[in-house]
Formats: sequence, C-alpha cells, structure tokens
Amino acid sequence: MTTTINRDNDELRDLYRELILDHARSPRHFGKLHAATHMARGINPLCGDRLQLFLQLDGDQRITEASFEGSGCAISVASASLLTDTIIGMQVPAALEVSSTLTEQLRTGDSGDAESAQLGKLKALFGVHEFPARVKCATLAWHAMNSAIRNSATPATTE
Amino acid sequence: MQAQPGRRPSSTIENRRADFPALQQMVNGHPLVYLDSAASSQMPAAVIDTIANYQRQDHANVHRGVHTLSHRATDAYEGARDKIRAFVNAASRSEIVLTSGTTESINLVAQSYCRPLLRAGDSVLISHLEHHSNIVPWQLLCEQTGAVLCVVPIDNAGQLDMQALTTMLDDSVRFIALAHVSNALGSINPVKDIISLARQKDVPVLLDGAQGVPHMAIDVQDLDCDFYAFSGHKMLGPTGVGVLYGREFLLDAMPPYQGGGDMILEVSFSGTTYNELPYKFEAGTPNISGVVGLGAAVDYLQSIGMHEVQRHEQELLAYLMDELQKIPGIRLIGTAAQKASVQSFMLDDIHPHDLGTILDHQGIAIRTGHHCAMPVMQRFGLPGTARASLSLYNNRDDIDRLVAALLQAKQIFS
Repeated sequence: MTTTINRDNDELRDLYRELILDHARSPRHFGKLHAATHMARGINPLCGDRLQLFLQLDGDQRITEASFEGSGCAISVASASLLTDTIIGMQVPAALEVSSTLTEQLRTGDSGDAESAQLGKLKALFGVHEFPARVKCATLAWHAMNSAIRNSATPATTE
Repeated sequence: MQAQPGRRPSSTIENRRADFPALQQMVNGHPLVYLDSAASSQMPAAVIDTIANYQRQDHANVHRGVHTLSHRATDAYEGARDKIRAFVNAASRSEIVLTSGTTESINLVAQSYCRPLLRAGDSVLISHLEHHSNIVPWQLLCEQTGAVLCVVPIDNAGQLDMQALTTMLDDSVRFIALAHVSNALGSINPVKDIISLARQKDVPVLLDGAQGVPHMAIDVQDLDCDFYAFSGHKMLGPTGVGVLYGREFLLDAMPPYQGGGDMILEVSFSGTTYNELPYKFEAGTPNISGVVGLGAAVDYLQSIGMHEVQRHEQELLAYLMDELQKIPGIRLIGTAAQKASVQSFMLDDIHPHDLGTILDHQGIAIRTGHHCAMPVMQRFGLPGTARASLSLYNNRDDIDRLVAALLQAKQIFS
C-alpha cells in the first residue's frame, strides 16, 4: 500500500511540479496591459477558468509585452504565466509555433521530436498529458493567445 | 431532520453497497469511492437487470400494438407510473407525467401552465440557490411575457431569507418555483411554510425536487405543492427519464406542451382532440426502458424505506461535516440547519479543480466547479467549490478516504 501511495504521489508530483506551483502561486506578468495591441478572453466552461490575455506587438510582428489576468486552477494559471514568460520577445510566427507544438504534446503525449526541445521550461507542463481532464486547463491561455493574434472578437473557449 | 452523529449500527443498509456493480471497481489503482451522487447516482443491479431484461424480451412500442410484446411493454411502462405515483403519494396516476428529466418537467410547466397566464408586470419568484434548470426556463418565460423574475436572497449559511420572501410575495407574484433541496449547498428549504404562505395569496408553487426525492420520503399531498419535478438518474435510476407531478385540475386546464403521437385521441386536418391525462403531455414514443428502470429504482428504494435512507445519510453527513472540520484550512460552504447529504467545501486556496484531480488519482469521485448553480457561487464569491455528496451506498470508510486524500492535497500544495 505504501508503494502505491508513493507511486501516486510521484504521478501527482509530475503534474504539480515545483515550477508549476511556483507560477500558480506567483503568476508572472499578471494584470492588465494598458498598451496592449491585441487582447482575447479565454473561458473553460467546465471548471470556470476564465482569463484575459493581453499582447503588445510592434511593427515587425514581435511580441514586446504580454500579460494576463483572471482566475483558474493551478494548471491554467501556471500555463498562462509560463506563456507570458516564454513569448515576450518572440516573433509572432515563432510564438504560434510554440503554441502548436505544446498543444500537440499535451494532447498526444508525444514529446520526442526535436521541436519540443525548444520548449524550455514549458516542459514542466508535460505531466498534464497523463491527466486528460486537465489538458484543457493547460491549453486555455494558448488558445487565447492564438485568438488574440487573430484578433478574434469571440472569446476562445476550450469547448 | 438533522440526525445526531450517533453510532447506531446500520447493517442492513451497509450490505446494500454490494448491490451496486459500479462500486466494485478499482479506479486509478484504488477501490472507487463515489461521492458524486448529487450529480448522478449509481444504479443497483436490480435496476440494470430490469432494463436489460426489458430490452431483451419485452421491448415494443407502448399504447399501440395488439401484439404480446406491445402489451408487455405497455404494462411495464404503466406499471412504473403506478409505482412512481405511490412513491410520491400522488392522488391519481393522471397526475404523473413522464418526462426526460427535471429540466423538461420545469420547462413544461413554464411554457404550458405559466406562459398563457402571465402578463407584463406580473412576477415569478425563484431563489438565489436554484440550479440553472430552475432559473433559465423562467428567464425565457419572462422574456416571452414581459414578466419579471424576482430572486429571494439566501444568508451566509445558504438558507432562504424567509423575511425577504414574505415581503417579496406581493400581489404581482403569479408563480413560485423553488428547489426543495439545493444541489450545491444541500439546504432543505422550508417548503411547507412557503407553500402555506403562497396558498394564502393563491399563488401556485412548483418544487424542483431533483435533490429532494433521493434523500427523503416525498408526499406531494402532504407538501401541498402544485407541481413537483424530479429526475430518475439521481434516485438510482437511469438518465433521460424524469417525472412531473401536477395537480390534476391544473394539468387538465393546461394546453399540451408538445404535439405528436400518443398525446392525441383523434387527428384530422380540421382539428385534433387531445388525449386524456397524463398522455396529453407525453407526445411521441417515450423513453420506455428508462421509465421501466425508474420503476425498478422505486422498488429498490422502497425495499429499504426512504426513512431508513434518510437516517443513514444524515448520520453519514454529520460524520462527514465533523471529519472535514478537523482539517486545517477547510471552509464548509452550505451550513444550513436543515440539510441533505451534500457538502460543498474549499480547502486553503487550492482551486476545486486541482482538488478534484488529486482525489480522482486516489479513486475518489467528487464534483468540482459551479454545480450548474453559478449564482450560488457568485453569492459566496467563489469560482466553484468541491462537493461531496452521499447516497445510501456510502459509508464511513468513504469519508475517511476522502479526508486522507484532502490531507495529501494539502501536502502537495504546501
């Protein structure tokens, strides 16, 4: 029984890694971005996660600033916080590439390819794949980023 | 209603756990602890077998054929209606309308009873603790008629503000729709008091009994309500089937809700004669196997007795509340004096969804989120809660496992 509990703990610790908990407790770039050029809302109707993502793009399609606000579970808040940390300074196509690589990894669990090596600390989110009910929490901010870049008027939802 | 947290052995009901095949499985390497019966309860083998046997041997359309199977199907379907009538002590089987669930039952009343009566300036009274299914149908009705939706507030324990209700029950109120039991908070509303207030004003009352029927003996004549709506899948029956009880003279005066087969006596292009009650409200081929299964669920509950179910659940609820309160950082949401075996809670600042995942990993099923009662969550300033709900098949071990897993969650988030 002890071993079972330890194994369970290991799997859970893989989901709630220290880096995730740190970003959930103290989200980076949290708050409104008044100079935002792009904005989108993300809603996960299943669990009530809701966030608003702000981006500031310069004339060369470079993301010069990013921030978010809202409320959600540890996974969705950490993912949004990691997102802002990651994409600031990136060109839009590169940010979209990261978004699609990460989203694909979370869905399929396939983290073997060369591209995912570029994900850096976003790899802390890989444990989410083992928890299918939580994949939507981890991808919410990324859906919102995609829709902010498309400047879509309708909020991104995970449904 | 609240039981003392005594230690009375309840061997007969304890043995019932073995009747539920779904509870005999391992989930994520642990024996399943199912604490989500307020969302949907598990079915005993007796219900599953009744449905399977019906499908294997007796299935045909009801009220139509002269052949043997059609007779058997009709007998099983109408037999279930009789069982349901007795279960809630309706005066007549004509008062038991079989629907797809509580939601359809409420929509039926809103559209068929209320819509023709309401005028701009009239109001409909609901409360702050309603499930979305007892909010949205009335919002739609108000949009259609120009009536106003008035919401009775609740206090910090999750109890209706009876003083406010009394004041709000003015001459503009034409209808009251209230939860018998709150799904998110467990509060048992003082419905008999409210109905007697409404009687004085001649205002009809619908009770949303989705969370009432599973936990206590229901006697619609004693309650003196005008309509009572409930669902099969929260009372050990299958999904997709529910009941609307309505007083016969009210149902009689109401126009049909949907048109189709079975609800007619005679159809011609110059006009149609509607069928008698309750068939007037059962257009189309019904959910026959679901109704048959619900009949079996009623048999099962009656074999135990609803008073015994209630005694067992109240004893467990007291234990659950005591044990939860021993956990540092726990906050119970919903502490009404009169409660059914449902407990919402928060733990530290851990999001309910994270709690749900950690518990699921230990094989423990709870509900997390807004429980289809977003206004309740807004009232308490929460995005959602974790909710453990108990049924007759739960025991103290289930609660001990829940508490151990909550302590583990605290450790992970410490």
